[in-house]
Amino acid sequence: MKAAVLVFPGINRERDMARTLKLVSGSTPNMVWHAEHELPAGTDLVVVPGGFSYGDYLRCGAIAARSPIMDAVRSFAGKGGLVLGVCNGFQILCESGLLPGVLMRNENLKFICHDVYLKVERSDSPFTRGYNAGQVIRVPVAHGEGNYIADGETIARLEGEGRVMFRYSSPDGMIDPNWNHNGAINAIAGIVNDKGNVLGMMPHPENHVEEAIGRTDGRGLFAGLTEALEKVA
Amino acid sequence: MFPARRSDSYGKPPIMKARVTVTLKTGILDPQGKAIEGALRSLGIDGVASVRQGKVFDIEIEGGDPKKAEALLKEAADKLLANTVIENYDVKVLG
Repeated sequence: MKAAVLVFPGINRERDMARTLKLVSGSTPNMVWHAEHELPAGTDLVVVPGGFSYGDYLRCGAIAARSPIMDAVRSFAGKGGLVLGVCNGFQILCESGLLPGVLMRNENLKFICHDVYLKVERSDSPFTRGYNAGQVIRVPVAHGEGNYIADGETIARLEGEGRVMFRYSSPDGMIDPNWNHNGAINAIAGIVNDKGNVLGMMPHPENHVEEAIGRTDGRGLFAGLTEALEKVA
Repeated sequence: MFPARRSDSYGKPPIMKARVTVTLKTGILDPQGKAIEGALRSLGIDGVASVRQGKVFDIEIEGGDPKKAEALLKEAADKLLANTVIENYDVKVLG
């Protein structure tokens, strides 16, 4: 794996992400500053980490989405390169047009910072091959704007094409408004683009990868990605 | 002493004032507007039927051509100021 972790002013989860990528894949990722115009040669995974790029000014992710490096990411994704966006990274991917829809203010207006349960909808994607379809994983969220919405036509397409990868669920995998923490439409926690090579998700799988933390549910995502990339190489 | 800067006093392009208003599209849930609505009610400000929150950008444009300014502001709104998935915008060049 030759991952590139993008760094924007105000991002604060890039080191958690880099640490997890190294821990699970064995390779140290490149940290790539937003003002760069190109990704390092040989990059096979771009990760847009979480945080508060530009202090969430204007709209979450709006300013970061217009930075020079994002043109390189768009062209990388256009050629089928794998892109993972977590939390603010998901917001940045939506604002940049790489993923449809937007992440609105949480329905209850509160910043939510605790573990959630996610139902993994499918396992036949490079991002979720480390899990079984229908499996429930427990990972943390930390966001004020994670309430996913798009127009009806887009939602119908996402659902029809099986592009919802993760949904907020109960511990036993039931989709229930009581477990849909931010009010996202259809309890959507993570989606992929039409080609399936760009994933955005609000929860932080990178924070549950070590026994010392108490849970390793997030590891499957990075282990699956490592496997998928080794297969290609 | 600092040398006088010529461009300070004259030779500057004219400046036009403009305002871009960004509002949520109808049907998009606005939890902030709802919270403000509730707060107004609790303050005893009666008769408020509903509140939708938006954004106002006061922008100064170089040059004296309102048509050009309007086109430029529309581009700015489409590219950055508004997310047209959920928001509408209105551009007014005030002169």
